[in-house]
Amino acid sequence: MSEIIESVKNLSIGFNSQKGKQISILRNVSTNIKKGETVGIVGESGSGKSTLALAMMGYIKQGLFPLKGQCLFKSEDLLKMSSRQLEKIRGRKIAMIPQNAGQALTPNLKIGYQIDEALRLHTDLNKTERDKKISELLNKVRLPSPETMAFRYPHELSGGQQQRVAVAMALAGKPDLLLLDEPTTGLDVTTQAHVLELLRFIAKDTGTSMIYVSHDLGAIAQVSDRIVVMYAGEIVLEGPARKILKEPIHPYTYGLLKSIPKLSLAGLPASMPGSQPQPGSINEGCSFYDRCNLATDHCKKNSPDLEHIKELDTNVRCFNHKELINQNNNLQTSITKKSNNSEAIEVLKLKDVSISYAKQKFFDQLFNKISDQNPTVKDINIDIKKGETIALVGESGSGKSTILKSIAGLLKTKDGQIKFENDRILSSDLKMRNPNDLRAIQLIFQNPDESLNPNHTVEQILSQPLKLYFNLSGEELKKNIIDLLKKVRLGEFYMSRYPRQLSGGEKQRVAVARAFAAKPDIILCDEVTSALDVSVQAAVLNLLQQLKEDLGTTYVFVSHDLAVVRAISDRVAVLYQGRLCEIGPSQNVYKFPSHPYTEVLLGAVLEPDPDIKPKLVAEDIVEEKPPEKGCSFQGRCPRKIGDICNLEVPPWQIGENGNAIRCHINIDELASLQQ
Amino acid sequence: MESNLITEDKQKNKLEKALEILKTMASKPSGLIGLTIVLFHVILALISPYIAPYDYKAISPNTMLLAPSAEHWFGTDSLGRDVFTRTILGGRTALTVTFFGSLIALLWGGLLGIFCGLVGGKIDDVVMRVVDAFLSIPWILAMLLIVSLLGTSTEVLIPALGFFYGKGIVRVARAATHDVIAKDFIVSARARGHSNMSIIWNEIIPNVRDAILVEGAMRWSWMLLGFSSLSFLGFGVSPPTPDWGLMISNARGLMSFAYWSVIAPIVGLSSLIIGINLTADAFAKALGIDRSTKAPV
Repeated sequence: MSEIIESVKNLSIGFNSQKGKQISILRNVSTNIKKGETVGIVGESGSGKSTLALAMMGYIKQGLFPLKGQCLFKSEDLLKMSSRQLEKIRGRKIAMIPQNAGQALTPNLKIGYQIDEALRLHTDLNKTERDKKISELLNKVRLPSPETMAFRYPHELSGGQQQRVAVAMALAGKPDLLLLDEPTTGLDVTTQAHVLELLRFIAKDTGTSMIYVSHDLGAIAQVSDRIVVMYAGEIVLEGPARKILKEPIHPYTYGLLKSIPKLSLAGLPASMPGSQPQPGSINEGCSFYDRCNLATDHCKKNSPDLEHIKELDTNVRCFNHKELINQNNNLQTSITKKSNNSEAIEVLKLKDVSISYAKQKFFDQLFNKISDQNPTVKDINIDIKKGETIALVGESGSGKSTILKSIAGLLKTKDGQIKFENDRILSSDLKMRNPNDLRAIQLIFQNPDESLNPNHTVEQILSQPLKLYFNLSGEELKKNIIDLLKKVRLGEFYMSRYPRQLSGGEKQRVAVARAFAAKPDIILCDEVTSALDVSVQAAVLNLLQQLKEDLGTTYVFVSHDLAVVRAISDRVAVLYQGRLCEIGPSQNVYKFPSHPYTEVLLGAVLEPDPDIKPKLVAEDIVEEKPPEKGCSFQGRCPRKIGDICNLEVPPWQIGENGNAIRCHINIDELASLQQ
Repeated sequence: MESNLITEDKQKNKLEKALEILKTMASKPSGLIGLTIVLFHVILALISPYIAPYDYKAISPNTMLLAPSAEHWFGTDSLGRDVFTRTILGGRTALTVTFFGSLIALLWGGLLGIFCGLVGGKIDDVVMRVVDAFLSIPWILAMLLIVSLLGTSTEVLIPALGFFYGKGIVRVARAATHDVIAKDFIVSARARGHSNMSIIWNEIIPNVRDAILVEGAMRWSWMLLGFSSLSFLGFGVSPPTPDWGLMISNARGLMSFAYWSVIAPIVGLSSLIIGINLTADAFAKALGIDRSTKAPV
């Protein structure tokens, strides 16, 4: 048995509410971190996972304080140490890698200097040794040309590179324990897979123990040896990664795994009802009682203790866990969608659409001309049928949101036409569109915190479109609002609430209701689930699908998450650098042959399964702007065949199963290459 | 009928909210002191004509420069007028003029700032440069010019002060609008096709109101000082109307032997300014605008 380097014993952390009540955020948490082990702490927002991780390096956020328990690092209690003593431990023994490295690095210091700072603080090396060490560290985190890299400023690096610098800084003090707080959350899928691969390599190479905090079971599955699942401030399940992911015997973990959309499955994931209880609202009984479908009266009154299951080497906090043993086959199921009618007419056509962010020159401005030979988005041709869900997929900078904005009329197109219903051209200027067209196309945004006016009640929010488009007032307005709330499964009493009084999922439901208030034909969904927790995400996806089936709405669904897209969409369009790469029915896009970029994206998806490892086929370079000539993916393509890719725009080829691919490689050849 | 109930309910909520803000303001000593001072001054201004012991303009050579006594609590001035009477009456004009002056400043500065922040572009550029140009003119000189041309009546002073103190509010309102404008709920309203007026009224004002109100409260105290400076220079209200600035100006030559006639109006003026400042600070904190009070959790 290897040495335990940090152990948390019965730790409770809480705060005093305004009414003077003591409210705990962490309740009786105990766990051990062994040497060389990577522990994944997973939970939804508000589960206390970050609080626990920070306490493990002796840091407690302002306003919180430890109620009881200990955090023993090599048998010394971190929570009792003075800040002087903690300084000696942080950085040298325990180092942290923050979520957003872009914000954690000082913007006006070169990265070499910032790493040097860490070295000066934590080691006794002299100047030349330190310089050598810096390039060694930069090499270790696989940054290209470490010598010149050290002289760059943080803003000159891409998000993934910044994250690597943060890893290098954390490694500078040769820590025994690395703390990672959602280190890949803000990154693109391919970058995320690369960073995770690096972290796994470092853990193995240096023997450092890691605590990996994330909401993303996919990422956790890739790096962790052991997983701790947190819910409402408690550990509900703890054990070896494989056991937790393959045989989850706690109903929360089980539900969580079921609610993650999977690449291999068509159809929507099952959702869990309700949301996590607020801290302080749990009085007696199991904290998961309200959302559990195994719950009995016994669970309502008594709160379960963490119980050790010998055969699985797992600790579980549930009375009824036996019912979940051998249920793992059910994990791979999903709710099938009603397929839409393929004969349907086209409602929206994008014809040769190009969009440019370039600033107009003075003379061009006079003649209202946009001169940009290499626009951000170019030659987009998509026909959208009534009642279908078409998804635009791509990494950040692929122009997917840009296209959405110009359909909504928020961005002017440079070239091309957007045709709506019976080939009527929609003006690219919002002010020139008639009110009925404005009504017919509605938007739902990524972050409901930003898309709902914080100073309006739900009633006011929903009455805006109703008043504007249908001139409703008084009794009729109220009736309509209640109907809308019912549609998104919220009760009437939500009317007088403010957005801040709602949970993330409830807020997004209100945003959905607002879009449907206009009785739209097309709804543009801009990353609508990426700000939500997994279990809530599944519920929102199911709601959107239900509403679509009931009302026949058409969705244009923008997302970076291929698994979510797989779950909800009928057709998928893959974009790279504002150019279409592939388009086709979703079940076929996810099958080979596919465009090399789709192949890269599919390979980088993280599944909550330790047996499915991401395939890293392309470099995670970030390209600033699209190439002027040739294929848009030429810079990163793992299957590039030569000059033709740099010079000529590839032709569209249509595969046997109906998906169109834009590549110079013959589609049959591509199929055999990707076998 | 039921919709009426809803609006009533909402109004009640607004009143409750206002009370709650007042409660939060009073929960800290500085806020409580500020509120007490301002309340004291406002009540005094309302009731002073009825409680003043003497006639404020009665000149009497027999009672010149008397020291404070039981009969004349704050003594008398060089013309034999009772300083206590004149001090409690002296805040009335200042309070009224500056209150309505700040209201005007808030209205035009706030609305123009919000408008510029929303439309942006060339209109914003032009308006902001004009505002900058006005900001570069020393306001007191400009005020002196206006007052000497148009007279010192309150009808002139209120809009003139309102204009000069509104320039700063334009900037604050514009900056606050810029914070809000990037949010998706504005984009959403735009995409729905709401007019600019409707966006300003429904989406922006509820979100910038607090910042502008706090700024307005601060401006009020500055305007009070400005107004008193004008009076001090002889360009404010005209004698014999009792006014703190004017009283200080008249009595400052006699400071060495009749200090009481100067100290009373000074205490009146500075206590009101301090009171307003403390109240504005507490107001900002109660609304959560002040960063230092934001919960770090």
